[in-house]
Amino acid sequence: MKLTTPLIAAGLSTIAGAAFAQTPVLTVYTYDSFASDWGPGPQVELAFEEICECDLQFTATGDGAALLSRLRLEGSRSDADIVLGLDTNLIAAADEAELMQPHGMDATGLTLPIEWDDANFMPFDWGYFAFVHRQTLEDVPNSFEELAASDVSIVIQDPRSSTPGLGLLMWVQHAYGDDRAAEIWEGLADNVVTVTPGWSEAYGLFLDGEADMVLSYTTSPAYHLIAEEDDSYTAAPFTEGHYMQVEVGGILATADNPELAQQFMEFMVSPAFQEVIPTTNWMYPAALPEDALPDGFNTLIQPEQSLIFSSTGAAEVREDALATWQNALSQ
Amino acid sequence: MAKRAQPITGLQATGGVFALLVVLTILGPLVAVIWRAEGLTDLRPADWAAIRFTLLQAALSALVSCLAAIPVARALARRRFAGRSAFIALLGAPFILPVIVAVMGLLAIFGRSGWINSALEGIGAGTIEIYGLFGVVLAHVFLNLPLATRLLLQGWLAIPSERIRLARSLNFQQRDMRRHFEWPLLAATLPGALLVIFLICTTSFAVALILGGGPAATTVELAIYQAFRFDFDLGRAAYLGLVQVMICVGAGLLAWRFARASQFGAGLDRPAMRWPDDTQGARRFDLAVLTAAGTFLLLPLLAVAAEGVGAVFGLPLSTWEAALRSVTLALASTALAVGLALPMALLTAGHAARAGLEGVGLLSIAVSPLVVGTGLFIIVFPIADPVALSLPITGLVNALVALPFLLRALIPAAAAAEATQGRLADALGMRGAARLRHAILPRLRRPLGFGAGLAAAFSMGDLGVIALFSAPGQETLPLEMYRLFGSYRTDDAQGAAVVLMSLSLGLFWLFDQGARVNAAA
Repeated sequence: MKLTTPLIAAGLSTIAGAAFAQTPVLTVYTYDSFASDWGPGPQVELAFEEICECDLQFTATGDGAALLSRLRLEGSRSDADIVLGLDTNLIAAADEAELMQPHGMDATGLTLPIEWDDANFMPFDWGYFAFVHRQTLEDVPNSFEELAASDVSIVIQDPRSSTPGLGLLMWVQHAYGDDRAAEIWEGLADNVVTVTPGWSEAYGLFLDGEADMVLSYTTSPAYHLIAEEDDSYTAAPFTEGHYMQVEVGGILATADNPELAQQFMEFMVSPAFQEVIPTTNWMYPAALPEDALPDGFNTLIQPEQSLIFSSTGAAEVREDALATWQNALSQ
Repeated sequence: MAKRAQPITGLQATGGVFALLVVLTILGPLVAVIWRAEGLTDLRPADWAAIRFTLLQAALSALVSCLAAIPVARALARRRFAGRSAFIALLGAPFILPVIVAVMGLLAIFGRSGWINSALEGIGAGTIEIYGLFGVVLAHVFLNLPLATRLLLQGWLAIPSERIRLARSLNFQQRDMRRHFEWPLLAATLPGALLVIFLICTTSFAVALILGGGPAATTVELAIYQAFRFDFDLGRAAYLGLVQVMICVGAGLLAWRFARASQFGAGLDRPAMRWPDDTQGARRFDLAVLTAAGTFLLLPLLAVAAEGVGAVFGLPLSTWEAALRSVTLALASTALAVGLALPMALLTAGHAARAGLEGVGLLSIAVSPLVVGTGLFIIVFPIADPVALSLPITGLVNALVALPFLLRALIPAAAAAEATQGRLADALGMRGAARLRHAILPRLRRPLGFGAGLAAAFSMGDLGVIALFSAPGQETLPLEMYRLFGSYRTDDAQGAAVVLMSLSLGLFWLFDQGARVNAAA
């Protein structure tokens, strides 16, 4: 009697352990604000665990660029099954490092303003870069040329340490090409109050009144409107068009459980995931019709033209664009 | 002149072993990065520009911080007033603030829509522009003036009161005091203070960028960041990491060449007394200096508090959990830092390998936390999951960061304790633990408390390594604050900044105050 009780207990705990071990774990690497309590992470986790009979775990690693570095650092020994939150400017580097495997999905259900055709990555959200300002700002510039000619002050991010900073670089490069980009940057030099390491610092400076405008997204005013019920912010529409940031997810070549990873990729473009995006990540969902967007998103500016480099195009122009930027602003 | 024979104790031998371990923990990761990169990659012209700017701003920042600290430390050493110790603790606050909180505070005062510019606008005067080299130096002085003051103040407080009484009875004038006491103590303490602040400023990156105004204000640390994050060029990151080490070694050699040990002879170790020739003018001067320093250092803190205090009670639970995690981490990291520093300081006090040991300590300020973090990642990864170890690794790196400050505070005090009490202890045959407890530790109490306070506060404010390794549920308070900012929750982030500031300051005050028992009899 005395002997059997612990034996039974041990047996039970083995069974429990085995059952526990059978719950597969899906590890998703993402950026900080996605996984935070206020980001999409918690709701996405709940919704996916309901259908997958698995344990979804997020690992947050700074921003999108840091995410890529982390994966390259870990190489083939990475625990990650899914990477969520690279953007089109980083895809080429991920491909070059042979980190990914094809997702095998078709892109017909997407609601992006551009065609999508990438074997390894699927978009989950997107947005337009834009200069955000207070409604009270007078003589709002409507192009980079007007901005350069004005004395409106701006805060931007450093393209060497932040993804929006890199986006701005690509924006000017796409709109003006090699020849005129330098000219535009030289014109902008006296509008730039300062350059920050990341988005948070820049947005904070803007809110504190250090500058008239800040490089952010056309969707930023939606946060103020919906979460703070403050309609005093808006974004300036630029006639040359707005550069897009498309955020993507993909399956790592080293994924332990490719089937579960595949299931997540399909979940990523399903309504359960997509509906969470607008009011947690404050971006446009990549696969949700416009009428499914929350109230408030209809007040945002709609750029007439979407600018974006292909992932290889972005990789090709980056180095030169960076040198141009550095020269113009170091004067 | 032959040196008196020094008994090498077990504790001192431990100091040697620890020093070796520290060097390995700092240089090992650098080697790991180079190894993983399969060689170094050459520097670009932009990197050279970054090196030049780094040296320039760090030199200017160190010089201005130390020069400004001289009258402040002097005034604090000569004056006794109600609330003096609280004043000293508060003055220390900027140094232990996380950079982003300090910048928020400075901008509230000196920024475009800050208090000063609003006032200037009100009277129709021009505006001041904080962005540029001026802003970088201003911010670095704001952050480092407190440290410079404290380092120099240790020098003044080390003058035995018997000496001051003797000077009074000899009717010394102010210029005699300068010649016999103040110049020698400055010659002994200034090079070290300059060096430490220079090195701290070389690794600056967020301050230099935000207040520098743009790419012209690129530092080596930002170049490392770029090489690592965007280019994943580990070879270049490692090369730049080596450049930082070389800057450190060069500056260290320079400072060591000029540093002289202060020799005041033995005293009975009473607290400092009223100085001779204390004129009305000297009193007014000190008052003005203390008022100016207090205003400069405290107004930005008040501004941060004023903006965030309203949000403190509405902060989400996760912020408080992060705060608890940070406090625990800070205490562990402080224990580790003190455990490492004490034997090393005692070894130095035994006249063994002084320059070498100080160099070891300084090395950890100069190397890039990003390179060390990445290197540790590379080393740990094949053995264990670095994410599971994120808090221990963060604690270790935080302890290393605090080590040089502890050593700087402890080494002169340990040397002085040996010099003043050593002979007596020898004569009494005190060795080992008894010597430590009765002769040495009582004289280390003040610098030990100061150093431990710094270590704790640094660890509270650190955002370097945890960001590289972080896993959900392991956020520290600074990381939590950044995430609040990143999720548009500016009000909550400002509230978190107030909590962070209060906890950093509180921990520093507790340690520093705990060590001052009986200090002002």
